[in-house]
Amino acid sequence: MGPDEMNRNLMGIYTIWLRDVRRFWRDKPRIIGATIQPALFLFLLGTGLGKGIIGAFGKDLQGDYLSFIYPGIIGMSILFTSIFSAISIIWDREIGFLKEVMVAPISRWAVAVGKAFGGSTVSVFQGCLMLIFAPFVNVHINLIMVATLIPLIFLIAFSITSLGIVAAARMRSMQGFQVIMNFLVLPMFFLSGAMFPITNLPKWMDIFIAINPLTYGVDALRGVILGMNNYPIIMDVGLVAGFGIVMIAVAMVIFGKGE
Amino acid sequence: MNIIEVVNLSKNFKTKKGFITAVKDVSFNVKRGELFGFLGPNGAGKTTTINILCTLLAPTSGRAALNSYDIVSNPNEVRQSIGLVFQDPSLDERLTARENLEFHAMLYNVPKSLRNDRIKYVLKMVELYERKDDMVNTFSGGMKRRLEIARGLLHYPKVLFLDEPTLGLDPQTRSHIWEYIHQLRKKEDITIFLTTHYMAEAENCDRVAIIDYGEIIAIDSPDNLKKQIGGDVVSLVAEEKAMAKKTIEKEYSVSVMEDDGKLYFEVKEGETFLPKFIKKADFKILSISLRRPTLEDVFLKLTGRHIREEAAEADTALKIHARRLRK
Ligand SMILES: Nc1ncnc2c1ncn2[C@@H]1O[C@H](COP(=O)(O)OP(=O)(O)O)[C@@H](O)[C@H]1O
Ligand SMILES: [Mg+2]
Repeated sequence: MGPDEMNRNLMGIYTIWLRDVRRFWRDKPRIIGATIQPALFLFLLGTGLGKGIIGAFGKDLQGDYLSFIYPGIIGMSILFTSIFSAISIIWDREIGFLKEVMVAPISRWAVAVGKAFGGSTVSVFQGCLMLIFAPFVNVHINLIMVATLIPLIFLIAFSITSLGIVAAARMRSMQGFQVIMNFLVLPMFFLSGAMFPITNLPKWMDIFIAINPLTYGVDALRGVILGMNNYPIIMDVGLVAGFGIVMIAVAMVIFGKGE
Repeated sequence: MNIIEVVNLSKNFKTKKGFITAVKDVSFNVKRGELFGFLGPNGAGKTTTINILCTLLAPTSGRAALNSYDIVSNPNEVRQSIGLVFQDPSLDERLTARENLEFHAMLYNVPKSLRNDRIKYVLKMVELYERKDDMVNTFSGGMKRRLEIARGLLHYPKVLFLDEPTLGLDPQTRSHIWEYIHQLRKKEDITIFLTTHYMAEAENCDRVAIIDYGEIIAIDSPDNLKKQIGGDVVSLVAEEKAMAKKTIEKEYSVSVMEDDGKLYFEVKEGETFLPKFIKKADFKILSISLRRPTLEDVFLKLTGRHIREEAAEADTALKIHARRLRK
């Protein structure tokens, strides 16, 4: 690849990124919705489960249940936002816009990369928006934490968006969205340790939790925010990054093959 | 000089029932600066051919070069050389007109210093400059089409592909779009490759390839194509069709075609022929008319079928309507 071609591809990535960010920023209802949904989980489900079944959790939890699930809810916000961004590929295909991108004089793998960066950026924004709830769950956030969280959220979001792009790459209709929700997103959320501690679970669950990249994302978030991580954070970061690299590579190959 | 060269191009699609051949061993050239048209009914393979030439689809066999770049080995150079208006809408309706064009200009590497001027120029050309900051979802079908044409021109392409540019538009908007196409030819050094199933539109082209079931069955200027028809076309409705057909064929040694309950045949000097013919006819003529040959007659002669504009039109209009409704 010559320098000229590389420049074109970088410009292409930037262009696709810019469109996703622009459209996200303009879609205020989406931003509000994507903030309220995790807030409902946090405050309603969190309070109900925490106060209602508190005894069951007592042993494993330092502090209260709300602050325990708080990093998990941030993880949920990242998960949903990233997947939604990736899924927009199906929508772009349906409205015909994807064709406009696919005949542009840039390499097709660059389309996948642009999308992945777009989804990650949007997720960082949504994830950071969740930080406004910190005072309500007795969590203290300082500037160093924020500086650590931004790249961490970006990394988690990049991995999940790439996964979503792979899932959406060959889907021809929005019906595929339900499949992705039921067989990918919700299991990933439930089996990530976002809502409950992952120690003392049945064996079969352990397996799913271990292969779920979000498990390590949530663990790292909980480590940074509460200092309560099950694995070394460096390992969390390594696994999430490794997963992300594999996923974006697969996405690039699929897109490279064309429609 | 040829800007497009196509040699033995074929495309098969795998379907549940097996293979279908959408494009069958097609060869043709398009000269630089030409207004070249693909004319054929729905499903003839027009869009498939365009998709191959614009690198969206890989050919099954054969090869093609555009602006002397091979479509398979130099896709990026081909893409930079062409502008496209797809058969189906392809705008981001949640961006403004200007943003759609900006996006395109960036993808096609139009230098930043030229970008704004160029966007202004193409928007003015299709008379949408005043609406530049409006969301595309507030545009009518004709305005969207015009915006797509503007977008296709943004990066100074050598060839502009227009796949059924007037499909689903009302007659007034259709003629408006044609004004732009003619204007374009005058102003820019550009080759236009369009597809249509409207006979009348194909008449505007310098050369027309008639395509049916994936094969080019004739290629020439509209005038030359029409010369294949021996003079004028008589069409009539007779009470006893079969008998009338036989009689005419015997009496005047012409071949009579039947379509849609009407009989068609060709005669030289129709004006003087008609009175004599009516006087002599020993079958009851319910209606009769005479006209100059059109491309429709050429198609009928070559294939024995009509392109059936109305049916196709209603069909696509419905589809477009359904698509809009889903949004
Ligand atoms: N992706 C595809 N898979 C299977 N068949 C296809 C595909 N695209 C087009 N076809 C078929 O190829 C033929 C030619 O289609 P098309 O090129 O769209 O025709 P036109 O543009 O002339 O109406 C049709 O029979 C159509 O059904
Ligand atoms: Mg078509």
